[in-house]
Amino acid sequence: MTRANELDLQSFVLLRLGERRFALSAGQIAELVAPSRIFRFPHRTPKIEGVILRRGRIVPVCDVAEQLIGKSLTSRRFYLIAVRHYAQQTEWVALPVTGECELIHSEMTDASTSDAPYVAGWISHNGEVIEVLNTDALTPGPSGESLLGSHRATLEARP
Amino acid sequence: MRLAAPLKSRALRSEQIILFRVSGQLFAISSASVQEVRSVDSLAGAAAEIPSPVMKKVKHIVRRGDKSLFVVNAAMHFGLPLSPGALVFVLRRTRTALLIDGIDKMSAMTMLQALPHAFCHEERQWYRGLTALDQSVVPVVNPEGFLTAEELALLDASMLPPASASAAAAETELPQ
Repeated sequence: MTRANELDLQSFVLLRLGERRFALSAGQIAELVAPSRIFRFPHRTPKIEGVILRRGRIVPVCDVAEQLIGKSLTSRRFYLIAVRHYAQQTEWVALPVTGECELIHSEMTDASTSDAPYVAGWISHNGEVIEVLNTDALTPGPSGESLLGSHRATLEARP
Repeated sequence: MRLAAPLKSRALRSEQIILFRVSGQLFAISSASVQEVRSVDSLAGAAAEIPSPVMKKVKHIVRRGDKSLFVVNAAMHFGLPLSPGALVFVLRRTRTALLIDGIDKMSAMTMLQALPHAFCHEERQWYRGLTALDQSVVPVVNPEGFLTAEELALLDASMLPPASASAAAAETELPQ
């Protein structure tokens, strides 16, 4: 492989949901963790199961399987903690996955207008064409306007 | 030469909270937001049933002097299975009396994390944020989030005598 080719390659994390594999840009991944206790409380946002505690942060758990493979996950092996952008802010979101994750280097083909909004592009790996996911479009979040008045991520308790 | 002022170690401020249960679910509320805690039995004499309730979660009203408090069933508000409420929190600076199952304990929180942006529906009004207590995460309710301004207006209108209600409706009718 020439140096020019190497420069075109990007790093991706392959994740498994049931029988299918998807990819996320490695730069969007914070960590891969074993499933831990999910804290659930009433809310009305679809796809959000609850939250986990990770390194002192409260991280929402978002099951994207229904959207990607048409059914919810019955078991999960890891949580892939990805970075999600909300206007100028970023937050972590935990995506349950069913199998091992793999770091690969590949060249991405950009998504076309006919692709779903959550598809950032496509990569080819071991003869398989894999969707690269856009977490900003895949996971729920408020509209841009409502973010302007949002609070800081962490507040000190009032006296 | 002026020396930089020595850094003072800032003590963490804490906020007293009441942990309470509704249908088995644990919530927290700032104790400063709770004006009074009453048992349902002790409030029964002062409560009146709303003749034709306009929302399922509010079926009773409590008169306190010239003020009317609407009794909000917390289980219905949060969409939890119904449970026989035993206590009522009269919430300070609101017109809400909150029907809950019971108090778990008093505690203190030192950090309140804003609700992650992934939560983007009514829950943003319901909660001030989340707090981690004893390796658990508890939502901290917003006392003003149980009844919106629109809901309060609807409730007030439903409490008017029929003649006043139709007059009020006529006043708000737009000209043709």
